[in-house]
Amino acid sequence: MKPRSIVLSTRGMSLLKKRGWQVALTTVMLAGLVFTAVAGWIGTPIGSRNFAIAFVWIGWFAALIIFLIPFIGRGWCSICPIPTVGDWVQRGNVLNPQGSRPRGLGLRVPAIFRNMWTQNAAFALLALFSAAILTSPRVTSVTLASMVFLAIGLSLVFERRAFCRYVCPMGGFVGLYSQVAPIELRVTSLERCAACQTKACYNGSANGYGCPWGVFPASLTRNNFCGLCLECLRTCPNKNITLRTRPFAADLAMPSTRPDEAFKSLIMLGSAMVYAAVLLGPWSAFKNAAFSIGSLAWITYAGVFLMLVLGLLPGSLWLVGRLSQRFTPGVEGTRTNPSARAQSPFAVFATPLVPLGLAFWVAFSLTFFLTNGSYVLSSISDPLGLGWNLIGTAGVTWQPMLAGAIAPLQTAILVGGFIWAARVARRVTTQVRLPSTPLIGFLFLPTVAMLWLLI
Amino acid sequence: MLTDRRPRLAQLAGWALIAVAAAAIAFIPLPGVNTTPRHVTIRVEAAKFAFAPSELSVNSGDTVTLELVSTDVVHGLYVDQYDLGVEADPGQTSRLTFVADKPGSFRIRCNVACGQYHPFMIGRLTVGTPIAFWRAAGLALLAMAAIILGAVRPAREAPAT
Repeated sequence: MKPRSIVLSTRGMSLLKKRGWQVALTTVMLAGLVFTAVAGWIGTPIGSRNFAIAFVWIGWFAALIIFLIPFIGRGWCSICPIPTVGDWVQRGNVLNPQGSRPRGLGLRVPAIFRNMWTQNAAFALLALFSAAILTSPRVTSVTLASMVFLAIGLSLVFERRAFCRYVCPMGGFVGLYSQVAPIELRVTSLERCAACQTKACYNGSANGYGCPWGVFPASLTRNNFCGLCLECLRTCPNKNITLRTRPFAADLAMPSTRPDEAFKSLIMLGSAMVYAAVLLGPWSAFKNAAFSIGSLAWITYAGVFLMLVLGLLPGSLWLVGRLSQRFTPGVEGTRTNPSARAQSPFAVFATPLVPLGLAFWVAFSLTFFLTNGSYVLSSISDPLGLGWNLIGTAGVTWQPMLAGAIAPLQTAILVGGFIWAARVARRVTTQVRLPSTPLIGFLFLPTVAMLWLLI
Repeated sequence: MLTDRRPRLAQLAGWALIAVAAAAIAFIPLPGVNTTPRHVTIRVEAAKFAFAPSELSVNSGDTVTLELVSTDVVHGLYVDQYDLGVEADPGQTSRLTFVADKPGSFRIRCNVACGQYHPFMIGRLTVGTPIAFWRAAGLALLAMAAIILGAVRPAREAPAT
């Protein structure tokens, strides 16, 4: 399928370039975020009845994983309220870039932090405390508020959106999985970019801000670090940037060689399995360990979690890569090709974990949503737990949805995700001239483990 | 002309074979283990935020009575897909009797908001052999074999930008 612009008319493009709709939508989201944080703080302490828990972790998270990321990639980031206040403060302006009076130090993020390791650490940290975050309204409230204030603080110290690009624990996995989305923002002619004198897409102009994500659009080959903020559409003087459709997972045809991205894939894969075991499994000792934060049992749980996502899974993948090299004639021979030994295919071999990990999260989130979705209805009617009945659904009792369809759906999603991942594995191993069978075998094991945990 | 069609026919035959094997793994009923239906009574203690025992197992066709005893606050016990539930006040025993006529593995969960970790107060009831998992694993194995043997093409090239 040849990529084509989804913005077909000039009128449609003009509409997309207008900033007003995006500011309005983001402001509504910001109001929703503030309300959610307040509801979490002053509402009922019973998690499943509190709007903050029900809406954020049952409703929003399921929508993000099941629909938004697979179909519009980083579309959520384009209206995410978390960096909004930081943007306003940094730019000294809300709507019109022409009146901007930038504030803050405007420093570059130090090179040592210009990668995904901080996001990896932030997500792993959240995962360790997820039992409390997912169930305690006040902890959810504090977590959301902390992210907003951290984004503001980083906006005052560093240029552009340092929080989104290098820190946000959610943004890390949204970016990773946005590679599968059938939508991309790209330049239409590299030559035109090369000839452009102003580079307004990066530097900003009277029409818009320089890329908040610090990306030069001409260098975009994957979706990971494009936040779809659409500023470059507004600033490009040559109308050389477009938003277009493409085949699913087109980015994965060019495997990443970055270990931070490989670890992101592994952390996400391992976290989905741990969540399925702890939150949806029947093992009470495991649950109690995850719930009793600070206890010896929790420290053991944290150790096991970190060993899995930072030791066992990466170690196994590295071993699969080395063994593939070892038993492939002409690759490992140190006499004939001394540099081959130093080049581990570890990061390339992590590429198929993107569709597999997404399938794991979709299967997990679908189960969680179908089982607990009725809590969203009751909490929307009475968000603060004050006895309101705003839309007449406050009295809705808990009832799982489509209970009989969950297992077949999980099977279809997980086996489908495995097939997708195995096809990607065949492609990337061909590119590095290694056999695909060991990698496909590696992908099979966590798939069966996840099937066992969920079905 | 016939030579040109051979790879295409072989590919179609391969796909047909995979489809038949997948359908067989997913749907063919397995011979059941003939056991005389029993009346099984299981005492389940509920306390924040776990059932004890948390994993229950009965034979398909058994008449099952679950005696739910809560040792702290009000708890419930709901059996997924059977759509049956019971609640127990602290110190009281409540009973739920049903015929386990649906084989498989089902989550049992608390259906009374009992505190912070309530949504994750989950156990498991296994009725007969949990065949759904084995069917799913069989499908994954079949997919792996098909991909390794080359019946499924690798992911396509990146589009030119």
